[in-house]
Amino acid sequence: MSADALDLTAAAAAAAVKAGELDPGELHELYRGRAAADQLNAFSWVAPEAAADDFNRDAPLAGVPLGVKDLFCTEGVPTQSGSKILEGYRPPYTATVVEKLFEAGATLLGKTNQDEFAMGSSNENCAFGPVLNPWDSTRVPGGSSGGSAAAVAGGLVPWALGTDTGGSIRQPAAFCGIVGLKPTYGSCSRYGMIAFASSLDQAGPLTRDVTDSALLFSHMVGQDVNDSTSLAFPEQIRLPTARDLSGIRIGVPEELLGAEGGIDPGVRESFEATLELARKLGATVMPCRLPHAPHALSAYYIIAPAEASANLARFDGVRYGLRVDGDGDLTSMYSRTRAAGFGPEVKRRIMLGTYALSSGYYDAYYGTAQRVRTKIADDFKTAFADVDFIVTPTAPSTAFELGAKSADPLAMYLNDFCTVPMSLAGIPAISIPSGLSEGLPVGFQLAGPAFSENRLLEAAFALESAIGFDGSAARSGGEK
Amino acid sequence: MSAEVEYEPVIGLEIHVQLKTRTKMFCCCALSFGDEPNVHTCPRCLGLPGTLPVVNAQAVHYGIMIGLALGCEIAPRSQFHRKNYFYPDLPKGYQISQYDVPICGPGRLADVRIHRVHLEEDAAKLVHVGESGRIHSADRSVVDFNRGGTPLAEIVTEPDLHSADDAREWLILLRTTLRAIGVSDVNMEEGSLRCDANVSLRPKGSTTLGTKTELKNMNSFRFLAQGVKAEIERQTKLLRSGEEVSQETLHFDPASGRITSLRSKEEAHDYRYFPEPDLVPLVVDDAMLEAARAELPELPSARAERFEETLGLPRDRARDLAFRTELGDFFEAALAAGGADADPIAVANWIPALVERIGSDADPASSKVSPGALAGLAGMVAAKSVNQTAAREVLTMLVASGGDPAQIVEREGLGAIDAQDSGLAEVVAAAIAADPGAADKVRGGNMKATGPLVGYVMRETKGRADGGEITRLIREQLGL
Repeated sequence: MSADALDLTAAAAAAAVKAGELDPGELHELYRGRAAADQLNAFSWVAPEAAADDFNRDAPLAGVPLGVKDLFCTEGVPTQSGSKILEGYRPPYTATVVEKLFEAGATLLGKTNQDEFAMGSSNENCAFGPVLNPWDSTRVPGGSSGGSAAAVAGGLVPWALGTDTGGSIRQPAAFCGIVGLKPTYGSCSRYGMIAFASSLDQAGPLTRDVTDSALLFSHMVGQDVNDSTSLAFPEQIRLPTARDLSGIRIGVPEELLGAEGGIDPGVRESFEATLELARKLGATVMPCRLPHAPHALSAYYIIAPAEASANLARFDGVRYGLRVDGDGDLTSMYSRTRAAGFGPEVKRRIMLGTYALSSGYYDAYYGTAQRVRTKIADDFKTAFADVDFIVTPTAPSTAFELGAKSADPLAMYLNDFCTVPMSLAGIPAISIPSGLSEGLPVGFQLAGPAFSENRLLEAAFALESAIGFDGSAARSGGEK
Repeated sequence: MSAEVEYEPVIGLEIHVQLKTRTKMFCCCALSFGDEPNVHTCPRCLGLPGTLPVVNAQAVHYGIMIGLALGCEIAPRSQFHRKNYFYPDLPKGYQISQYDVPICGPGRLADVRIHRVHLEEDAAKLVHVGESGRIHSADRSVVDFNRGGTPLAEIVTEPDLHSADDAREWLILLRTTLRAIGVSDVNMEEGSLRCDANVSLRPKGSTTLGTKTELKNMNSFRFLAQGVKAEIERQTKLLRSGEEVSQETLHFDPASGRITSLRSKEEAHDYRYFPEPDLVPLVVDDAMLEAARAELPELPSARAERFEETLGLPRDRARDLAFRTELGDFFEAALAAGGADADPIAVANWIPALVERIGSDADPASSKVSPGALAGLAGMVAAKSVNQTAAREVLTMLVASGGDPAQIVEREGLGAIDAQDSGLAEVVAAAIAADPGAADKVRGGNMKATGPLVGYVMRETKGRADGGEITRLIREQLGL
């Protein structure tokens, strides 16, 4: 096995396997060795050695290894959602999107660490330790799909699955210099994803480049009878080929680029440079308005915790996961189990959500937040009448140092200032690396109308080619 | 309050009906009763992480049928909500129910207005292990999830009932209606029909409602009547002694007749209802309405109307027969067997005597009396070929061993003595001769004094004489 295999994207590796130039077993062992020697804490579980007939060479994904965020249920394989309350839990079934990818020929390499129940933007809220950024191991990889992002960027796996609720795919992709796609809400089944906020959670790919993103996504989409909120994607997902952006109108929303967003100068510089590249590729860059977008974060931090407070009620020590005995009564068993099993951020959000839904406060909080959500979705619809895509920096900064924001939840929440509006609107958005700022990757976000993934991937592909970002430094760093 | 105030009870019912679908409300597990514990479970109804509900189309169909049978408005678009509370019988920590937009709006059954009907899932069953089977003295409690997720329709009435007996009668009508449309076993003992009663009192003539209490889960029609009666008495006593009724949830123990408090208003749960984000709104289209309408049989209330208006039965008799499907069916079978000559009123009059002999809960169709036999007996009575007393004896024999009433009359010599038969006039003359005192009283205008004379004739004729004919002969012979 040549070490060159490490330089292959997943799509290229699959093509090499099909051409008989690469053995999937050897590819798996190459990555398994790297994942097992993981210094980033990216994996919570790594698969044992696979047998030769475990690989389906003829399937579209040809046995190429896949990292799967811990919160996707995988039958018989630890699925802990980054939480102590599910330590050692092995589900009896596999999530729909994972099953679909297995059917398409993907091979499970391991489960990746994440913020507990996907609540966080730094991966520091993980019961099994923080994940480190392969570009600089004193820094966070972003969150909550930080393990998947770090593993892909660090060359521990060719590609990985993540989930995005308010930016949990896009922000870690930005921090780790890879591509992260949050699809249209409903395009991928949520069945088997341990829920954080049901009306926002979406599965999506974390990949080295846009082509891999399109390839993985093309095998994830589809309506699922097991998820009533899933929808039939109206068209085939194609691998992108666009070389330019001629005729494309790109909107820059002033509301998300103002002082409130607190965008770092290095990030802004990279963003402006990318806009300039877009113009050179033939795009028209114009200002657009999202008047209610600055309220998105406030609405999000009502809606997501409200749904989470109910979604996490099932972790009660009765049927599975952690149980701490009480004083012979039910209430003390419940409270001790949940006190011991949940981390501080999860507790904070359960409290927030429970409060927001309480009798007498529901209209003021949850009701208002839902109205804001509708207005934000309307803002996007209005804006998309005039522009094809809306672009922002993915995150206001590059990866920050471990511990830098863990004492200040509000500063941490601001990481999602530019990603949360699209989540509330249910529309697709992709983050691609636009360059480095002081040696750390910067993410560029493109968002389009619902089900515009093909066009979005084409535009991202054209930009990606023009940017020519090189992520290989992180892959060699991952081996340290 | 003075002791002279008369109070009027105001009663509303909340009825839970288990729907007789093949599978549970939100998963594919079979419905069951009395099976081994925890054999009808799956990841979904156990609330395992990552699972999602899928609405049972048959349950929706039954919900619509119930709505139509109760004359309700059917919502074209209704919403499921999460009702949040912690209990071991509730695996998700919330029950999926309906809240502000139920599937069925206002309707009416007989004299009681229906407030709403909504769909929800049943909780699992807690089994308290220990001698008493009650929670307080249990060694431990275990959960049987077979029942968890069974589809329920909750029917809520307006407070239109005013006595315990009315409540019982109306609930029997509701049961008949639901049984007739085939949506449920409606068996109170097995819990497929469960009833809570909201009870309050107000001074007669007042139109404002008093403070209500909620009486939980009475598991038979008798206990419902007893419980409501006991609660009316309890509240009456409180009000008469100048105390106030406090809003609370109560438990009625039929063994002791005692009412105990389960929880007060202050201890009431805050269920933190919010729209279930895992389900899309429930849309009922014209095709679904049509399908439900097409399956509705003649409803008991319509049948009662037909019995009253087309067959000329008195209102109460019409209802007695129509509101118990098996009685109505037997009555109509007897009418049909009796042919064109059968008199509906005469046949109907014999049903109560039959019920009295076979037991009030038995189905006459499974007795030894054929519909034709009952019609024949009724016809013989109407033709005066057998008198009432003898006919009752014949009916008793039919119940015991079946057969043809005409043959029984023949065999037992129970045929009525012909009115023209001079023998009867002689027996009457003998009666007058035997009791001249009574004869004098009758002559003096005291018609009650015919009693001993009629009794004498009946004894002598072994009850075969017609009572009316005897009286006529007595008057004739006494020159009246």
